[in-house]
Amino acid sequence: MNRRSSYFILTCIGFGFAFLYIPILSMVVFSFNASKLVTVWDSANSPTLKWYYALLGNEEILDAAWISLKVAVINASGSVILGTLAGFGLARFSQFRGRFTLNAMTTAPLVMPEVITGLSLLLLFVALEQLIGWPAGRGITTMTIAHMTFSMAYVTVIVNSRLATFDTALEEAAMDLGARPVKVFFVITLPIIFPAVLSGWLLAFTLSWDDLVISSFTSGPGSSTLPMVVFSKVRLGVSPEINVLATLTLGVVSAMIVGVSLWMARRARLDAAAAQ
Amino acid sequence: MGRLQRLGITGRGLVVALPYLWLLLFFVVPFVIVLKISFSDIDLAIPPYKPLIEWMGKNSLAIKVNFNNYAFLFTDSLYLHAFANSIKVAFLSTLMCLIVGYPMAYGIARARPAVRNVLLLLVILPFWTSLLLRVYAWIGLLKANGVINNVLMSLGIIHEPLTMLYTPFAMYVGIVYSYLPFLILPLYANLEKMDWQLLEAAEDLGCRPWQAFYKITLPLSRNGILAGSMLVFIPAVGEFVIPALLGGPNALMIGRVLWDEFFANRAWPVASAVAILLLILLVPFMMWYQSVQARETAGAR
Repeated sequence: MNRRSSYFILTCIGFGFAFLYIPILSMVVFSFNASKLVTVWDSANSPTLKWYYALLGNEEILDAAWISLKVAVINASGSVILGTLAGFGLARFSQFRGRFTLNAMTTAPLVMPEVITGLSLLLLFVALEQLIGWPAGRGITTMTIAHMTFSMAYVTVIVNSRLATFDTALEEAAMDLGARPVKVFFVITLPIIFPAVLSGWLLAFTLSWDDLVISSFTSGPGSSTLPMVVFSKVRLGVSPEINVLATLTLGVVSAMIVGVSLWMARRARLDAAAAQ
Repeated sequence: MGRLQRLGITGRGLVVALPYLWLLLFFVVPFVIVLKISFSDIDLAIPPYKPLIEWMGKNSLAIKVNFNNYAFLFTDSLYLHAFANSIKVAFLSTLMCLIVGYPMAYGIARARPAVRNVLLLLVILPFWTSLLLRVYAWIGLLKANGVINNVLMSLGIIHEPLTMLYTPFAMYVGIVYSYLPFLILPLYANLEKMDWQLLEAAEDLGCRPWQAFYKITLPLSRNGILAGSMLVFIPAVGEFVIPALLGGPNALMIGRVLWDEFFANRAWPVASAVAILLLILLVPFMMWYQSVQARETAGAR
């Protein structure tokens, strides 16, 4: 690149990242603000941890976080199983009946507006309840099923693209040596694609933990998730406790992402060293 | 295995059967039910709609298909207006995402590998933090005594706070902000595979940089642009959270109309009809997205 265009690109990147990060950083800064006005800095009493203590004593938020955690963990584990199966099937079986449909069904949830997915799943649950009496009412079960349906699509994409980039030679060699397909999968394939499966689990967890729209449609009385509680608070305006929640979320997510990428980089280096 | 295989059940079949049946039951069948309910009458019951098929006794079965919900959507200008406005907002937001995101994706793709990984991580990080909380951050920035107004007033640039929150401006900022990573990532994945020697060759042959960009980079990144734009446009048309939090009471977006019909009015059949129309509108784009994705993966292999 010549100098003028590289300055242009640098400026764009600078502005772009400022745009992405100023809102996030402002939440972090104002989470330490003593004033209840949130965005008006009270320099006499700040920085303070008072809203952190307030959040830890807020039972409504803690109860909702507990429900969200349960749904997110079950969802992530379930969607990893379903998504890995689907991703493996799509990547390794070149021809089977229903391949086109499976491919379409795992791509569509990625772009489907959430209001449509939420409404349609709720209507399904209501119809099923009328028909066979299950699921009885809405709550954690229906929410988890709904979350798994869209999360598994993301896991499928991640696993599928990971499998597409790695050579089938190892798997074929194992089969030639007489290993059964199931054994090949658990001994050869799964360890190799493990980083993709782990990313899939984390992504499925996050998608569920964050989801507002689909949860609102499919939850029942007494099963409000954290985003549902946050949404009802935020509709009334800014609140210092939400800033604290955002800061804590950001801290956990950054630690997780940085940790996982360091681990993956180390693994890639070890693999490269082993290959030599 | 032998006996199972004769029945047509194979190991391979079992692997794909589970996700296949799951998606069939929880992704495809629900749409059939939405379609069915969009043709039912509203009822003051639980659930709030009348059955389509009713056993009348005396060996007669009544099937009532009711087009009133659709007729209602086309006669009340609010709905058509909301549809048109959603498409407009989604289209303009996609365009703005492209203007902001293309140079970023390009710059990341051309950076040194070590820098590139850090920048990529920085694009992905907001994507992993809650959308709701990131939209909430803009309320704090944009409101009358918010951060932007406070900074501008303390610098003496303005004397009265600007009204930004609950305006179309706030809604556009929110959508572009939330969906930007969805555009940058596929575009980056595409640009990363680009052969930059083509640009050098063009410049050696006397092409000016912007000409080379227009004639080489832009056409070659077409699939990345399309995939990224689709990932922004399609969900943005049905977006609910951002117009509800930043857009103010007049922000007519179809996702919000559907939500209100369902939760506030308990008009499940009308909400279903809105969902079906929205789906009909978006399915061509979804198919387009899928064919672009198929081309990209075919090209990568």
